[in-house]
Amino acid sequence: MPRQTMRARTGIVDVVVVGAGHSGLAMSHRLSELSIEHVVLERGEIANSWRRERWDSLKLLTPNWMSRLPGAPYAGHDPDGYMNMDQVVGFVSTYAEKTAAPVRTSTTVLNVEERDGAYSVSTDRGDWRSRAMVIASGACNEASVPVCAQAVPDRIFQITSKDYKSPGQLPEGGVLVVGASATGLQLAQEIHSSGRPVTLAVGEHVRMPRRYRGRDVQWWMLASGILDECIADVDDPVRVRRLPSPQLIGSEDHATLDLNALTAGGVQLVGRLAGIRAGKAQFSGSLRNVCSLADLKMRRLLKAFDDWAATTGAADPMMPAEEFNATRIGNSVPLGLDLNSGEIRSIVWATGYRPDYSWLKVPVVDRKGQLQHDGGVVAPGLYALGLPFMRRRKSSFIHGAEDDVRDLGRHLAAYLDKKIGVRPPFLTANSEMVV
Amino acid sequence: MQKQQTTSKQANANNGVNVEALLGAREALTQAPEAARFKWRASCEWLNGTHSRTTVDEYFGLGEAQKHRNVFQFDTDHPQIFASEDNGATPVELVLVGLAGCLTAGIAAVAQNRNIQLRKVKATLEAGMDIQGILGIDSDVRNGFDGIKVHYDIDADASADDIASIVAQSQKRSAVFDIITNPTDVTVTVG
Repeated sequence: MPRQTMRARTGIVDVVVVGAGHSGLAMSHRLSELSIEHVVLERGEIANSWRRERWDSLKLLTPNWMSRLPGAPYAGHDPDGYMNMDQVVGFVSTYAEKTAAPVRTSTTVLNVEERDGAYSVSTDRGDWRSRAMVIASGACNEASVPVCAQAVPDRIFQITSKDYKSPGQLPEGGVLVVGASATGLQLAQEIHSSGRPVTLAVGEHVRMPRRYRGRDVQWWMLASGILDECIADVDDPVRVRRLPSPQLIGSEDHATLDLNALTAGGVQLVGRLAGIRAGKAQFSGSLRNVCSLADLKMRRLLKAFDDWAATTGAADPMMPAEEFNATRIGNSVPLGLDLNSGEIRSIVWATGYRPDYSWLKVPVVDRKGQLQHDGGVVAPGLYALGLPFMRRRKSSFIHGAEDDVRDLGRHLAAYLDKKIGVRPPFLTANSEMVV
Repeated sequence: MQKQQTTSKQANANNGVNVEALLGAREALTQAPEAARFKWRASCEWLNGTHSRTTVDEYFGLGEAQKHRNVFQFDTDHPQIFASEDNGATPVELVLVGLAGCLTAGIAAVAQNRNIQLRKVKATLEAGMDIQGILGIDSDVRNGFDGIKVHYDIDADASADDIASIVAQSQKRSAVFDIITNPTDVTVTVG
């Protein structure tokens, strides 16, 4: 650990940043630029979740050229590839070193309270008091598993996507994968390839081709402005913040991973897991509709790309518009599965994540366990980072941290200068804050 | 990217749905989740044979007792080929009535919200059923439908994809679609 990382001592500091992932480190860099004294508290190591809470084969869903942090563009030789987890950990750790971030590792925040306009932070390695605080502990602290998991018979091995590493953890035999986001599809494909027949329970999902008209779909998302879309411009902020990750995989051949690819390989699709009763899993009869919703939305997205390309002239050197087959659903979709028959030996829950704010004793968490915030401004002097669509669609992306820490860093600096009152400011359409 | 793009930019589609009121209710009920808890009620009296009459009148919602403008009654019976008198639709046909009514109402509301003028909406429904189930001939055959097919003919000033998208969104938001496609806990008591 560089010497500088130890410069802050337990005690009083202007800002405490919780979490030394890419968001927390980007904010630390911004605060250093603004000469604001701060400390970054990290329960484990730098980039801890990337190190310990991801499966072995995972690669980023964004191409390397997009992986940038403030002052640190991608510098490798494979701009169109996708980083594996070791590479992400290397990228984030190098960033922490280069920026000399004042990180306290192996320091778990146990309790945060607001007292007399400042924050009291207790950790297992001493206490801090700060005028402002940044929550950069991520949105994926706990696996979110439906209540019906409790009704799964004991003989079935269960694991969440947070603990899953590779198919070898699972017993031989059939596997029910629940969830059809990027996670569910990637695990379904890898587990099925390991010789364990997979049944995939599919609810609402987001379908996207990996490449479109010769370009990575993330290029289109960025170039056409979709990733920069501001939360203030969205009709239904609650819905967009809850969208599952698009069905994508980062692989060397830039392959598209969709439900058609899985069924072609022999994966059985069923509807959303609706419940488990007397050892029987029950699946919703809505499979056809969730698939046609996803197909229609994908077509609208690609049409929006085409329209953008035609308007801006970007289309000229490009391959023509492409069409993709509708999601194929068999004539007869099983509505139930007897979990005691021996056909299914394990269940993999790829049903999403939720943040853990049990340590945050400030009344800013709603009844669904989500942080209430206005574009990342939570309360006077209290900020969030890295949450889905927090300020912009890209807020939860690595490259999304740059704009968010610039905006929130400015706001935080003004707060410390007492230029901002108690009420959090509101976002306007151009994402500038009204102070 | 999720915003609707209609082929025609009509300013004022009118499908007879008060979307502003619905959106207002959604806003209000987000703030007051208790008021969103409804109880739907029906009472049924046996008349004779397989013929019954079900009455729908009161329900509970927005925190208080509510009443329909009129009392509605529905006779159900079995057809003559089941040696009954056919005094009303079969109960399973009323399930189709519920599904069609719910999806079609949803289509009107979604189209209104997307500012798409509907000219004609017609649904045809067909549900398959192997009555070996209800007759107890084969225990592997379920009592209920083995599938439901709903077909919509829609005339509206919108592209085929936009119309398909309205129908898909209506299914996504439909109570009866959910009731049919997902299990529901049913408690029956006597006393």
